[in-house]
Amino acid sequence: MKPIDLIEVQEQIDAFAGKKVFIHLETTNGAYANHVNEKAYNVGAFIRNAQVTYEHGKIKGAGAAYRVGLKTENGWVYAEGLNAWELDDKNRLLMAGHDREGRLMVSLEISETAF
Amino acid sequence: MEKHVVVIFPHPDDEAFGAAGTIAKFRQEGVPVTYLCGTLGEMGRNMGNPTFATRESLPEIRKKELQDACKVMDVELKMLGYRDKVLEFEDLSKVSDHLKELLETINPTLVITHYPEYAVHPDHNALGAAAIDAVSRMEESTRPTVWAQAFMRGYQEILGKPDVVQDIRPFVKTKVKTILCHKSQAQGVLGNVTGEELTEENMEAIALEHFKEETFYTWNFENI
Repeated sequence: MKPIDLIEVQEQIDAFAGKKVFIHLETTNGAYANHVNEKAYNVGAFIRNAQVTYEHGKIKGAGAAYRVGLKTENGWVYAEGLNAWELDDKNRLLMAGHDREGRLMVSLEISETAF
Repeated sequence: MEKHVVVIFPHPDDEAFGAAGTIAKFRQEGVPVTYLCGTLGEMGRNMGNPTFATRESLPEIRKKELQDACKVMDVELKMLGYRDKVLEFEDLSKVSDHLKELLETINPTLVITHYPEYAVHPDHNALGAAAIDAVSRMEESTRPTVWAQAFMRGYQEILGKPDVVQDIRPFVKTKVKTILCHKSQAQGVLGNVTGEELTEENMEAIALEHFKEETFYTWNFENI
């Protein structure tokens, strides 16, 4: 993956707008968070292959932390803390936020085919 | 002497951190070892440091790392095809049937798995429970011994001292080599395990110094 460039990623988000797409949305601090640090909480959520169609989507932010919001007919898809992206060999838009050690903290992925 | 050892853990790298020294010892004695690996660690958050995997490329990368690790340990590998992080939500009686069928074919004298409820990760606890359930339903005459691994904080205060303590110092090089096969995970997990700031350069030396023993509890089937 490469660091997020607002213009490049916005173009990719626009390309999927109005289409029936599959979403992978995830946030995690790992299954060992509380094991490693007694004061930490294990928190995470993911949804894989949710089917949505968004009217439009935007990427906002600056520096190393970006937010993406996708406006759907009945609601929103939202992710915060994204800092890396790629369009993979299956033409899927992968966006992720990694911490200083390279660990995934958040991920939002958009694809026309199921993950 | 054992005739065949089966290791049942859910993630590629569980075998490296948990049992690679013990496995190396069995292999040196000429005992065949089979690793039944539950998932491909699809939902791992370590992506290499610097990051080289994505959520979507991680399963294939970890599969290759697992195959390499099994080559280093010289063990047979069977991948069970479950998905990381959601194993506990599967129908565990089906998982147990699946394991029982495999165990009856392999016919091991010893099974190594996680100690249910004392192995931190929900996948560890779930697969450990399914494995022990599978073994408990085997004919007593062919039932293998089970060594269960616990590492939850404070586990010894509740379970007492583990009765199986393997001195793995003679095999630590193989263990560390196995760990380093899991390139996407090694640095991140080793950092947690050793509590040290690791770099690609210092992690091998720190790991060689860190690992001295692997411990297990012999499962008591009388208690079921």
